[in-house]
Amino acid sequence: MAGEELILLNFWPSMFGARARIALAEKGLNYEEKEEDLPNKSPLLLKMNPVHKKIPVLIHNGKPVCESLIIVEYIDEVWSDRVPLLPSHPYERAQARFWADFIDKKVYAAGNKIIWHKRKDEAEEGKKELIEILKVLEGVLEDKAYFGGEVFGFVDIALIGFYMWFHTYETCADFSIEAECPKLMEWAKRCLKRETVSKSLADPNKVYDLMMSFRNKFGSD
Amino acid sequence: MSSSSTEVQLLGSGVSPFEWRIIWALKWKGVDFEFIQEDVSNKSSLLLEKNPVYKMIPVLIHGRNSVSESLIILEYIDETWKENPILPADPTERAHARFWAKFSEDKITEPIKQAFHCAGEKQAEGVKALGEGLDILEGKIRGKKFFGGDSFGYLDIVVGWISYWLHFNQEAAGYNVMDQERYPGIDQWMKNFLEVEIIKENLPPSDEMMSSYIMYREMSLAFLNSNNKSD
Repeated sequence: MAGEELILLNFWPSMFGARARIALAEKGLNYEEKEEDLPNKSPLLLKMNPVHKKIPVLIHNGKPVCESLIIVEYIDEVWSDRVPLLPSHPYERAQARFWADFIDKKVYAAGNKIIWHKRKDEAEEGKKELIEILKVLEGVLEDKAYFGGEVFGFVDIALIGFYMWFHTYETCADFSIEAECPKLMEWAKRCLKRETVSKSLADPNKVYDLMMSFRNKFGSD
Repeated sequence: MSSSSTEVQLLGSGVSPFEWRIIWALKWKGVDFEFIQEDVSNKSSLLLEKNPVYKMIPVLIHGRNSVSESLIILEYIDETWKENPILPADPTERAHARFWAKFSEDKITEPIKQAFHCAGEKQAEGVKALGEGLDILEGKIRGKKFFGGDSFGYLDIVVGWISYWLHFNQEAAGYNVMDQERYPGIDQWMKNFLEVEIIKENLPPSDEMMSSYIMYREMSLAFLNSNNKSD
């Protein structure tokens, strides 16, 4: 669309930023990505998200949209003439929002417990919690190709960014997500076959290296 | 399109602010519904069936559909019954409304829960966080009648519960954060909110509120004491 300016403020390993990237890619939108150095947040980020000072932020023609799932819904509503990211029926939309919200409430916190554990039993606790949460999601997926059925959509976008972090979680707590949740890993690999996803996710090994450097700097263990 | 009263049911406890958001939204839209009282200390098989993930009220049952999580229920109601829209139509305004709804849950609702369920240092922490959340909310509402300006809408329905509930919560848990001099905008907005017809006519009775909140506070303290901690 002529005259549309889209800027995404992001931090490359962010699973939340990945949601915005995937949504933009699914809609075939051109945008400028600005990488934030989180210990030194840019004046633009502070201006566009003064309340939380967090990424991702989508700036559309100068106006900010914050919070990753809100950004995805915004993209879906503005570019409603293109491939839909949410289902059209209100009940299916409610289900999609419910599971995306579940992912938001549960996955990140469990993952953080694993990475930032101060005692070994905390990592173990985080691992058990994460496995339980992923098994619930596996149950929701059942034998469907994607969470919404045949079509890639909102819940897939909400979860797939965490794939970048699976290797980090697995290494920190010494377990295999594939062994625990094989169907979920099949789903993840199916998503990764989509170019919109594979181009939006960072290399899991680079994510791991970065996290280890943070842990050494800020101390755990 | 309005549904018959048996087609829409709302499971609630009677005093949870999250279910009252749904009542206000349904009343705003003129949707008939049946309220089903839940005893949250002894959850019914209906509740466990309709919200197996969280096992919490409110749950909206609409025919074969059951929806939980109050903000998600509000959007479902808005999308199902199109009269008297709750969320704005413009995508940018909708994104802002959703942002502030999430802000209020994270920075006001969560600290209120902490202040209510905890004691000592953990309670003080919750009260401090609540004050900071209200500082930001004050900046958003000061000088406006409602969050959307002159018109009552989504954010008022989402945040408005504090106009009535915060008083009982503070009384029962022994803290006080709602300082009229620090929050003149919020104070005035709360008064405006409570004057709205559907709100005035749809609030749980104050004696039921006070006795419930005293009981909940006692339960929280008993739990803390049995675990010998303040959180």
